[in-house]
Amino acid sequence: MRYIPNSPDERTEMLRAVGLNAPEELFDSIPADILLKNPLNIPGALSEMELLARFEEMAAKNAAARRPSFLGAGAYSHYSPTIIDSLLQRSEFFTAYTPYQPEVSQGTLQAIFEFQTMVCQLTGMEVANASMYDGSTSVAEAVLMAERVTRRRKVVVSPALHPEYLHVTQTYVSHAGIDLAQTGFDEATGRTTLDDASIDDHTAAIVVQSPNFYGCVEDLQALAERAHKAGALLIVAVTESASFGLLRSPGACGADIVVAEGQSLGVSVGFGGPYLGLFATREKYARQIPGRLVGVAADKEGRRGFVLTLATREQHIRREKATSNICTNEGLIALAATIYMTTMGRQGLQEVAMQCAQKAAYAARCISEIEGFSLPYAQTPRFNEFLVRAPVHADELLRRLASEHNITGGLALSRYAPERANDFLVCVTETNPRAEIDALVAALSPKSFKSPKSKVQSPKS
Amino acid sequence: MANIPENLHYSKDHEWIKVDGGDMGTVGITDHAQHALGDVVYVELPKVGDKLAAHEVFGSVESVKAVSELYLPVAGEITEVNESLQDEPEKVNNDPYGEAWMIRVRITEPGAVDKLMTAVEYEDYTKAETE
Repeated sequence: MRYIPNSPDERTEMLRAVGLNAPEELFDSIPADILLKNPLNIPGALSEMELLARFEEMAAKNAAARRPSFLGAGAYSHYSPTIIDSLLQRSEFFTAYTPYQPEVSQGTLQAIFEFQTMVCQLTGMEVANASMYDGSTSVAEAVLMAERVTRRRKVVVSPALHPEYLHVTQTYVSHAGIDLAQTGFDEATGRTTLDDASIDDHTAAIVVQSPNFYGCVEDLQALAERAHKAGALLIVAVTESASFGLLRSPGACGADIVVAEGQSLGVSVGFGGPYLGLFATREKYARQIPGRLVGVAADKEGRRGFVLTLATREQHIRREKATSNICTNEGLIALAATIYMTTMGRQGLQEVAMQCAQKAAYAARCISEIEGFSLPYAQTPRFNEFLVRAPVHADELLRRLASEHNITGGLALSRYAPERANDFLVCVTETNPRAEIDALVAALSPKSFKSPKSKVQSPKS
Repeated sequence: MANIPENLHYSKDHEWIKVDGGDMGTVGITDHAQHALGDVVYVELPKVGDKLAAHEVFGSVESVKAVSELYLPVAGEITEVNESLQDEPEKVNNDPYGEAWMIRVRITEPGAVDKLMTAVEYEDYTKAETE
């Protein structure tokens, strides 16, 4: 069935209006030798029932979806209360489009205003926008904003920033005349270091992730002081928003811009998207913040109302000189996060964070006791993710963990850094029961593999 | 009818500059410009010490309708900015040639101001632009 809304009569009439007899004549200008002459080689149409059965059959093949997983590194499995979906799918909310007309959009605008308020509370900042696309694009936008604020063009980025966030940032700034350089990294602690040579009076910002890509909590206060001494901004990126429930906020540590991936706040992992970028800063920089901003105002009778604010700096008015070319924000995903934060409350967010941290601590201790395994940054504070050094190639080890033990044991780092062939990241959240952690530990133990051939080798040294 | 004082020089971007004797100049936007912008809510100004070329952007002025760039009429170094506009941007609407002066500059080539428009020329220019 094809969904063509106009009738055959209407089509004939339209063709007559442009002086043609048949729709095929519309394609006369395409050379005959490149025109498709046979029907497309695709299977025939299915009925709705057949189609559902087909998709269910395909979904059943996705073994990874039902496997215990210890994957993190930017996408985190957390429990989403069912209230999120039921509220989200209400027709009043089910549009992500920008509420340009406040007189018909008070509900959407109020939800965004509440979202911004909670993002400020989580990050310890004063102004938050109505969301960005995801964590990585938020970092890129923060770098562009730092250039606008400081009018400086050098940005130093921690090597412990998620490598994919760095790639996105490189793409964003590659034609913006901004130089990206790297800070140092202490292999003994897993933390970012700064020497005097890497920061000077041309430096617009320092970009650091905390907890960083290796799970280590950075000393944000020291980095903020160092940045401010040079007149630069400190941009803090957070990939795991559940950490806000436990760690001192980046704002309290002196950050100037805090960006985060908001997926942890009630949004499913969903093969990598759609996600949600959180973006917050100090009030004095409000005019340089990218994207939409909702404010509270009063109408002429003094009644409270919510409106888009500072819109004159946005792309639909200021075109190429706008603070950003982000258009419609992630409204629906921001709403999901708003419902999550409201449902969990301060106490709920703390509880989730505590469970994550405690379970990760338990997993880290157990894994470090396995023969041949070590935790290179064990002495550095962490949240729910940590680096493990295996006695063998991590990629191969994790593959066998999946096939022989039905566990997704973490993320091998060889795809990002060939020299880290034996390293992998393990992430534990409140969704991993103790039995799963114990199963992971048992499976990693050298004696757990079935065939002698596939036995994990002890290090040669 | 827009107010166009005789003693100032005018740019096509609707800035005025007043030569304060020697190589010092004071810059702001014209009455015509403030009127076209509507209620000004924010003025963004450069840092003292910035050296800018002629027609380079030295800041922006934000009204309820739009954000517009401010262009320096002649090349120079910023020696002073009107900090009071941070808290009272409405001065730009109320007194564009007086209290709402924006920056003072050390003019690189004092002769450059002679290439700008006189009050009479600017009046013709704004008339032509609005027609």
